[in-house]
Amino acid sequence: MSDAYLELVNSGVTKTLAKKLGLPRPAHLRRTDPAAVDTPLIPGRALVIGEGPDTDAIARTLLGWDLDVHRNVPDSPVGAVVVVLTDLTRPEQASQRVLALGSVLRSLAPGGRVVTVSRAAGPDDEPAVAAVRTGVDGLLRSIAKELRAGATGNGIVLGDQISPDAPSAVGALRFLLSARSAFVDGQFVHVNTADGVAPADWTRPLQGRVAVVTGAARGIGAEIARVLHRDGAQVLGVDVPAAGESLATVMNQVGGIALQLDITSGDAAARIIERARSRYGRIDIVVHNAGITRDKLLANMKPDHWDSVIAVNVEAQLRMNEAFLAADGLSPDGLRLVSLASTSGIAGNRGQTNYGFSKAAVIGMTRALAPRLADGAGTANAVAPGFIETEMTARIPALTRQVARRLNSLQQGGQPVDVAETIAFLASPQAGGINGEVLRVCGQNLVGQ
Amino acid sequence: MPSNSSPRRAAVIGSNRIPFGKAGGAYANATNLDMLGAALSGLVARFQLQGERLGDVAGGAVLKHSRDFNMTREAVLGSALSPQTPAFDVQRACGTSLETVTAIANKIALGQIDSGIAAGVDSTSDAPIVVSDRLRRTLIKLSRAKTLPDRLKLVASIRPGDLAPVAPDVAEPRTGLSMGEHQALTTLKWKITREAQDEIALASHKNLAQAYEDGLFDDLITPYRGLVRDESLRSDTSAEKLAKLKPVFGKGLGEGVATMTAGNSTPLSDGAATVLLGTDEWAAERGLPVLAHVVDAEAAAVDFVRGEEGLLMGGAYAVPRLLHRNKLVLADFDFIEIHEAFASTVLTTTAAWADEKFMVSKVGLPPLGRLNPAVLNVAGSSLAAGHPFGATGARIVGTLATLLSRAKQSRPDGGPVRGLISVCAAGGQAVAMILEAA
Repeated sequence: MSDAYLELVNSGVTKTLAKKLGLPRPAHLRRTDPAAVDTPLIPGRALVIGEGPDTDAIARTLLGWDLDVHRNVPDSPVGAVVVVLTDLTRPEQASQRVLALGSVLRSLAPGGRVVTVSRAAGPDDEPAVAAVRTGVDGLLRSIAKELRAGATGNGIVLGDQISPDAPSAVGALRFLLSARSAFVDGQFVHVNTADGVAPADWTRPLQGRVAVVTGAARGIGAEIARVLHRDGAQVLGVDVPAAGESLATVMNQVGGIALQLDITSGDAAARIIERARSRYGRIDIVVHNAGITRDKLLANMKPDHWDSVIAVNVEAQLRMNEAFLAADGLSPDGLRLVSLASTSGIAGNRGQTNYGFSKAAVIGMTRALAPRLADGAGTANAVAPGFIETEMTARIPALTRQVARRLNSLQQGGQPVDVAETIAFLASPQAGGINGEVLRVCGQNLVGQ
Repeated sequence: MPSNSSPRRAAVIGSNRIPFGKAGGAYANATNLDMLGAALSGLVARFQLQGERLGDVAGGAVLKHSRDFNMTREAVLGSALSPQTPAFDVQRACGTSLETVTAIANKIALGQIDSGIAAGVDSTSDAPIVVSDRLRRTLIKLSRAKTLPDRLKLVASIRPGDLAPVAPDVAEPRTGLSMGEHQALTTLKWKITREAQDEIALASHKNLAQAYEDGLFDDLITPYRGLVRDESLRSDTSAEKLAKLKPVFGKGLGEGVATMTAGNSTPLSDGAATVLLGTDEWAAERGLPVLAHVVDAEAAAVDFVRGEEGLLMGGAYAVPRLLHRNKLVLADFDFIEIHEAFASTVLTTTAAWADEKFMVSKVGLPPLGRLNPAVLNVAGSSLAAGHPFGATGARIVGTLATLLSRAKQSRPDGGPVRGLISVCAAGGQAVAMILEAA
């Protein structure tokens, strides 16, 4: 799924022309090289803005990753800026740090990163404290819209009493700095607990883990299988029997197991559990990726168009989750569920009442599952992709597609691998303190939050 | 060798095939190597055999191009298996992949290997076309000719008639009769009715369609080139529709005696099938299931050339001998799979098993008794699925092993659950095999 416009504005005469005309110029995003994962982690030196113990802790974390860390604005370009705002108690205190960030934005390298670290506002906060904490929301989302050349801005929001040294705070920081978060922009990752563990090897955080991926035969699902495998996981790929040929091809690429079944059948979870138990003895990760669209205006909606979308996109997940949660000893280290939501489920989309309903339902399901899974050291999270370049979006009429691609801060569609990277992060041991989250992979799409 | 004295039995771990296509259908542009590769790929993915060095892979095709002399090894090299996995080709007409299962199972039983794949494939769409013998000899001489005049002389000797290609056909070389015409003689001899044949054909389609509905093939088939189910399957066929078809074989045998139609004869097909075999230990180490064990196998051949016996009656000899050696009777089997080359093959074979005079005088063993139709081809057979010659044996072993395993699970405290296979083959041959649920 190539984006001809993106290629044109990045090469030769058309590049000059686009520049002169002031046309949108989407950049080639910095993505993970499977042969050199996380290398380099950021495209240049790191600048940490802030004061106090939290800032010191974050600077130490970055030093631990062998980054060239600066505490004062350097003269030369920077690859990433981390702005620590956890200690602020009034809006007026933000000024110095925000303006310091402003002074380096012009020298931010292509594919650079801005990451804010702040604290969650709570109902018991003093109004001034709540004001500055919530203010970060509008600040970061605005910064992200000002960044160019494939740079992104995202925030980490720490819960009460959560240290920036907490495994998931560190894990989120690394994810947001790295190429793995290429298409995540203008988003916040909430770290609710100090759970989770740093992996022995940051480039293979899923080593020894067993992952089930539904809808693994093609598109985003196939890419999820590849990224989970790259990160060290053993993959059990599931898809409908009719997709068996491509499922086999993908599983042979990742050394996984192909299991042909329809997830809406009553015994789907039992068969998945049986296969995983006999081959691997466990399931650590379940990625509910399988989903369908049957777009129709509601006025023209046929019963089977509505019902089939609900059956595949959410009812099957609900049923399978019950079985996974009830299976004794299936996930000794806690089950990590990651479901595919969609920006259509957040902002709505014309012609997608069925799809929007099902994807919003997935978000509700995820939030309700989070506390239940936390009891067993697991998590439930969702990823909401925006416009992703897949076979499905390739069927959108050309002009509509061109417009849809530009409707985000990165001015382009994401790739399936971008969704897969975020799922792999949420399934990783270092993300154990992130639970009940819906993380958007949308390049900061203009619609919804 | 009786089963109980065997050092160890080979386990049937699982199988994979591609849906079978009709000649000139979905796989019209696929070669034997393409199809065998696809079937292997699905097997490797289902059982996570990527990078595994297996003990051996046996495969084969009946209609085979000379360039495919090392077909199975080529398929292994093109697969995700370890390139250190050896492979060899086998051919025993329609019994080819029952023979490859026997070969791999025997190696496992003897302790020579711990694991292996038995496979078979055939394409009637991509069949080799041969040039005439005269042209072939001239071309060979031409390649050896050293001087230009010699070469010109040879080229000039080629006659237009030499250029006509020789297409393969299914006629027996020694009788010139097609398989259908041979079976028409046998059908007449055993007085098999049109209705009985159509009944077999209808059951084949209904049973295969039901097996698909039940999800039996979810773990047995991987789709290929857009084909998800066997192309010959007619789930909507009926006795009335079958009764309307005109006879195609035996039309010269007399007025009104021809009963074999396109509906009760197997269609020309394309496809490939594979079976994963190993020791129980090899399977257990990988968390793989053991569906069934290979108990014993028998090949037989009949003298059809002088009309002593029907071409496809080998099963009437192979099965009684196999059962006698294993001290078993028909009633000991929960499933009986008889390859439906023609519906009447199934009927003449089973009629012979029950016929005391035939059994005593020809086979030299007591009759096997009447076959219970409820255990026959319960998930359909070649009439509905199609019959790519080399792939049929492996198809049947894969399906039967799964049926046996399911039956065993539904009555775990019962006695042994056994299955019998009989596959007739060109040249008056047949191969039979006994499987027992693990």
